[in-house]
Amino acid sequence: MKISRIFAVSAALLLSAPVVALEGEQHEPEAHDWSFQGPLGTFNERELQRGFQVYQEVCAACHSMDLMSFRNLGEAGGPFYNEDVPNPNDNEVVRWIASQYVIEDGPDDVGDMFERPGIPADRFPAPYPNQQAARASNGGAYPPDLSVITKARTGGPEYIRSLLLGYDYEVPHDVSPRPGQYYNPYFPGGLLAMGPQLTEGRVSYTTPEGGEEVEATPEQMAHDVVAFLTWASEPRMVERKRTGIAVLIFMLVLCGLTWLAYRQVWSDQEH
Amino acid sequence: MSGPSTYEPKTGFTRWLDSRLPIVRLGWDSFVDFPTPRNLNYWWTFGGVLAIFLVLQIITGVVLAMHYVPHVDHAFDSVERIRRDVPFGWLLQYLHANGASFFFIAVYIHMFRGLYYGSYKAPRELLWILGVVIYLLMMATGFLGYTLPWGQMSFWGATVITNLFGAIPVVGEAFREWLWGGFSVGGATLNRFFSLHYLLPFVIAGVVGLHIWALHVPGNGNPTGIEVKTKKDTLPFHPYYTVKDGFAIIAFLTIFLGFVFFAPGVLGHADNSIPADPLVTPSHIVPEWYYLPFYAILRAITFDIGPIDAKLGGVIAMFGSIGILFVLPWLDTSPIRSMRYRPIARWFFLIFVVACLLLGWCGAKNPDDIILAMGTDGEGHATGFTVLTLAQILTAYYFAYFLVVLPVLGFTEKPKARPVSIEASVLGDTAARPAE
Repeated sequence: MKISRIFAVSAALLLSAPVVALEGEQHEPEAHDWSFQGPLGTFNERELQRGFQVYQEVCAACHSMDLMSFRNLGEAGGPFYNEDVPNPNDNEVVRWIASQYVIEDGPDDVGDMFERPGIPADRFPAPYPNQQAARASNGGAYPPDLSVITKARTGGPEYIRSLLLGYDYEVPHDVSPRPGQYYNPYFPGGLLAMGPQLTEGRVSYTTPEGGEEVEATPEQMAHDVVAFLTWASEPRMVERKRTGIAVLIFMLVLCGLTWLAYRQVWSDQEH
Repeated sequence: MSGPSTYEPKTGFTRWLDSRLPIVRLGWDSFVDFPTPRNLNYWWTFGGVLAIFLVLQIITGVVLAMHYVPHVDHAFDSVERIRRDVPFGWLLQYLHANGASFFFIAVYIHMFRGLYYGSYKAPRELLWILGVVIYLLMMATGFLGYTLPWGQMSFWGATVITNLFGAIPVVGEAFREWLWGGFSVGGATLNRFFSLHYLLPFVIAGVVGLHIWALHVPGNGNPTGIEVKTKKDTLPFHPYYTVKDGFAIIAFLTIFLGFVFFAPGVLGHADNSIPADPLVTPSHIVPEWYYLPFYAILRAITFDIGPIDAKLGGVIAMFGSIGILFVLPWLDTSPIRSMRYRPIARWFFLIFVVACLLLGWCGAKNPDDIILAMGTDGEGHATGFTVLTLAQILTAYYFAYFLVVLPVLGFTEKPKARPVSIEASVLGDTAARPAE
């Protein structure tokens, strides 16, 4: 009985899809050059810092990142990692970022909740207290948590980037967005409740001393924030690749040696 | 064991031990002196590969279980926590998840090896049947394990698969609720799945012990399918096969580690990085890749057969496609073991392998997808040759291979000339050909 209902729901979803998306209307994510692509790719510290700024000033207004703590920002491979201060709890930048947030803590000795400035061990605070509040503020749509977003969408970083920049398309005549809906051909179904966010000058990048000046164009912001989200989805990626290179070199040498041993052992036998 | 034991304890302690618990003798006879046909090719190395992967899965799994929380509210986050905060937890998790996939790659190669070289024929029927039991246990363990990260595919895969049992007449619904421990997949289900996922690998290890025991009585088969006749046909397992299996294992592990370190998510599904939500059905529920051929067979039965409705028919076909392997030793009527000497059967076998791969492809697709467009129907929708039709043809071939081709060919096929012995095949016409 239940399975028929599941199939009915799936069938209904499949059947209803053509109403919002014409066949062939959904665009494939655009290819993009990333610093982290390929077996040797790593993140660029500045791009992660800018990406965090975009997340903080734009995305965080609606999207939570429940799995992230401020300390992550100062861990090896993170945007504010400092080799001299490997413990992120002592990292001045991380402590300062955390302290800008007000965190509810408690209960204290008399049972009352209280507020205090954030510390590196705190999680990124969520913009809404619960899913209902999030939906109520967003026309019924629930802004997904971004902790593992690049892993959780087919197309990964390319998809997220294409989606963020994909609002400049004319609405097809047979697609009728309801108020509060926006047309974006990269989104399955074509209509979503998130409007274009990365508009010119939405954030202003500061140039560090001696650093290269970077302009906050929509393309640049999308690039940076997707790099940040990709890092957040898998903070151990660089460690994984670096370990992998050493492991594979070791395995290939071992392979070669075992093969030579095999040839040697079998050299006196017909087989 | 073939022949008397040649083990001679050399020290006082080993003599003392040997007269009380001859465990060193058992190891010596099984893995050092064990007479092994000298003509085994690399297809025979996957037994060793599988043993290594069973150990790898158990070791990584036991450590992961120290950090995993089997609760609907915490399971997803605890797996992410393993990847983020547990020292080298990311490595353990990727080894375990990709290890399952490579375990299945190895077992499929091992099984196709058995099908091609007739490894299931007398006197190795029980060896084969124990292997099918291990395979079924692996399927169950893999399915239970995929549920644990409690992502969308975990939840909905578990829902679809457990619902299959609801198709059993009369007792189905009650049985399904008993499996769930409730009225849908939920907290009780996750808890028991975790418990069983921890238990079954040790059951597998036990059956593997029986499998190796059953192997060591008649000894290994070999590519010619001719039994060992003289001592010249064999070589001691050590060092000849320890080094050959060792090389194959290391080569296979190298490919595996390439995936673990450089494409750890490529065999998974993006939807499983979305926490399970019973209120949101993914538009396209697919199981892990290693179940896809059976998923295609399940969905290929879209018609009622007499009193059996399509849903029950699909479930019967799916379980039947594995169940049929149990009686394979008695379905294949040919006295020739190796298809090397069966000129017609080897073609049917090749088509069978392609059919299995294509069934896997069909399992990943939407059944209504059109492969070959042939015009449109009255309402303007495209029609043509669909994935469903292909899956139905392939399902028919899958069963026909076991129920028609193998039984009939045994009587009609004229086998090619076979060498008189393993030694003759090595020194004779195939001497110039490398064993690889």
